[in-house]
Order: sequence, then C-alpha cells, then structure tokens
Amino acid sequence: MSNSPIETDVVIIGAGPCGLFAVFELGLLDIRCHLIDILDRPGGQCAELYPEKPIYDIPAYPIISGQELTDALMEQIKPFDPQFHFNQRVDEIEKLEDGRFHLKTDDNQEFICKNVVIAAGGGSFTPKRPPLPGIENYENGSVHYSVRRMSDFEGKDLLIVGGGDSALDWTLNLTPIANSVTLVHRRDKFRAATDSVNKMLALREEGKINFHLGQMTEIHGENGEMTGVTIKGSEEEVLVKCNRLLPFFGLTMKLGPVANWGLNLHENLISVDTEKFETSAEGIFAIGDINSYPGKLKLILSGFHEAALMAQKVNAYINPDKKVVFQYTTSSSSLQKKLGVK
Amino acid sequence: MPKITFIEHNGTSHEVEGEAGMTVMEVARKNDIPGIEAECGGACSCATCHVYVDEGWLPKTGASEEMEEDMLDFAFDVRANSRLSCQIKVTDELDGLIVRTPEKQF
Repeated sequence: MSNSPIETDVVIIGAGPCGLFAVFELGLLDIRCHLIDILDRPGGQCAELYPEKPIYDIPAYPIISGQELTDALMEQIKPFDPQFHFNQRVDEIEKLEDGRFHLKTDDNQEFICKNVVIAAGGGSFTPKRPPLPGIENYENGSVHYSVRRMSDFEGKDLLIVGGGDSALDWTLNLTPIANSVTLVHRRDKFRAATDSVNKMLALREEGKINFHLGQMTEIHGENGEMTGVTIKGSEEEVLVKCNRLLPFFGLTMKLGPVANWGLNLHENLISVDTEKFETSAEGIFAIGDINSYPGKLKLILSGFHEAALMAQKVNAYINPDKKVVFQYTTSSSSLQKKLGVK
Repeated sequence: MPKITFIEHNGTSHEVEGEAGMTVMEVARKNDIPGIEAECGGACSCATCHVYVDEGWLPKTGASEEMEEDMLDFAFDVRANSRLSCQIKVTDELDGLIVRTPEKQF
C-alpha cells in the first residue's frame, strides 16, 4: 500500500506518555502533530507492560494506573486533534533540501514534516524470537511472528506455540484453511479468553488439531525450508512435522531502525542536550526513556519536562518570527481558548 | 544481610549481599549480574528476569503465583524450578539463596 505523503508540522515517533504530552506542549504553541506507534493503541509501555499496575510518582497523583494515565493524557490532548498512525514503525528519516524531513514507515506511509520528535521509549515493541539455534535461517518463509495474510498458511502444516490470545486466536482462525495444526504450550493452562480456550479444547476433542505439552528445543529443515520442530515434554521428546511455525512469546523492546538514522548514540540511547532535547541532527529531538544526558532519570515526569523544553525550540524553528510570550494556562485567555475552556 | 549467589549459565558465580525487602531481581540489577534483563522494571510483565531456583531452596522461596505462572509462558526453557526474580522478596530466611540464570532471557 502506498499513500501520498502526509504533510504536518511535527511527527512524533512513539505514542507513549511522553509522546502524548508532547502533543499538548506543542499544541499550546499552535503546532500540529501526527504520531506513529508500532502498537495498536496509545500508551506505549504503560499500555503494553503495566496497564493495570499502579504508578506512584506522577506529580499530583498519589496513585494512577498505566491505563488511567494514558486515558487522562488522551483527554488532555483532545483539543489539539492529534492524528494517530498505529501498527507502524518508522524505518527511514531523511532530510530534504528545503530543511524539512521525509519519513517512511514499514507500511509505506510517508510523512513530510518540519521537525521530528523521537519519543520511542525503550524502542519498538517487537515479537520475541525463541532462542533456537538457526531460527533466523527460516524467518524468510517458514517462521512468522504475526499473521499478515492468512493465505500464507493455506494448506500448510502449522505449528503454533504459546498459550495466550494470539496463539489461540490463530489456532482457531487458521485450522479451517491449514492442512494440519499443532498447538504447543508448556502447560495445560491457557491465559486466553475463556471462549477461545473452550473453542480450542473442542477442536482438540474433535481431533481437528493436535496438542503437545512441552517446549521447543530444535528446528529441523534445509535450505530455509522447515520440516519439523522437536518438542520436549516433561518425559519425552517428539518431532512435530511442520512447514510453518508461529511462535507467540509476547513482545520485547528493540531499538530498531533508530540506530540507523545517523544520530549520536550513547549506550544505545540518543544523546541530547538538556536545553532543547535536540539530537545531534538539527531539527530532530528525542524525549523520554530513549534519550541520554548527564543525570538522566528514566521517569515519566522527566519526559514531560523534556517535552515542554523541546516544544519551545520546535516553536523557534517553525515560527522564527513570532515573538514568544511565555504564558500560563491558568491565566492566559489565548491558551485557554486553544484548550477549549469556556 | 542475606547473601545471594547468582550462577550464570557458563558457571560463573557471583555472591552478593541482598537486603530484606528488595526483590531478587533488584539485588541482581544493583550488582550488575549478567543475564537478568528485567525489561519491565519489576512489574511482572516481561519475563526477562527468569531464574532457576536451586532445588534445595524451593521450599523457602515458595511457588509462583498465578500471574507469575502466566508470565512464565513468555520465558524460554521453563522448568519446575523457574521463577521470575522480581517476584521473589528477599528475607533473612533466604540468606544463602542460590539461583541460576538461563542461557538466554529471549
């Protein structure tokens, strides 16, 4: 899919708490934002790692959960109408001759913007790759960490590994079109939706899928074509014949393409100054957990501060002739108008 | 102070001092023990602080709770003595605890 480039003031990479609050600080300065995130919803780590877990160090909130914080930020930035692009990862950033930036995602969506704010936290959430020797040799066809096209699995012998919703949903959806489906999980307990578990158990009962209790230990195949996987149970090992493997072991954070954008890095984090939180590339900023500077603390509240200072410099780039009058939301009628205060 | 010994997959052993109230994961991080990533920072959300508790210590550390068992589904080479080290609280009773880190955290 190729769309015409979207033109905007700022593209924010990452829709976690810092990326979301950046919309607010930029919005007060009339700067419009598009946000891109690899997850399917806003919140970043707050949504993916600890939606239900309490956070105790957000100023003025003695206790707030990751999801509540995300929801509150979404409410706070509503007046600025941010545009979200989920399930996409920014792969390329290139500076254009006119000083603007051209970005391209892995879904071939292109953006042209005046400034880029990297608020990518611990990096892109990426499916975990089981540490089986040689697995990388099969990733061009036999091993899939997600299902992009169901037709890729038609008539194939599938091995699905895991006990959560992804593993079970795909077991249910792919069984009708695959030649055979084997589900492998380390225990006979599944943390997926009850309805999916019951449907899967019914398929097992009817003999429409095979089930093995155990864990993968070895991949077999040649020339990048998988022929089977050894499954080790508590007592015995079995060789399951298959030509497609779908392992579902959750997500992990990887720095990903950020490392290729030519920015100065310090221990895999993006070096910034503490006045503007600008990277070594003029016009590209980095805020939140992904940046590095002396004294850096990986706290959400630090990211909020960084967002506010970054916004001032972005404003200087985008509106060089505008006189900056510092204002407070409590008393400024113009800021309140932007926020929709009546 | 309770002592904890971390043994890496390659056999390298690290004996460090813990503090009652900390988690075994926090003790590992404080002492830069290789093989404990703890990506989520201790929220029982990532399974990258997976350890094998020395069999003799299992009665004292106790078994994992349901949330931890669910999370262990995301770990690799899970065994009967697998635990997430962020869910083991250090107590004086655990003085001398031995845990092994897996070959890979994923």
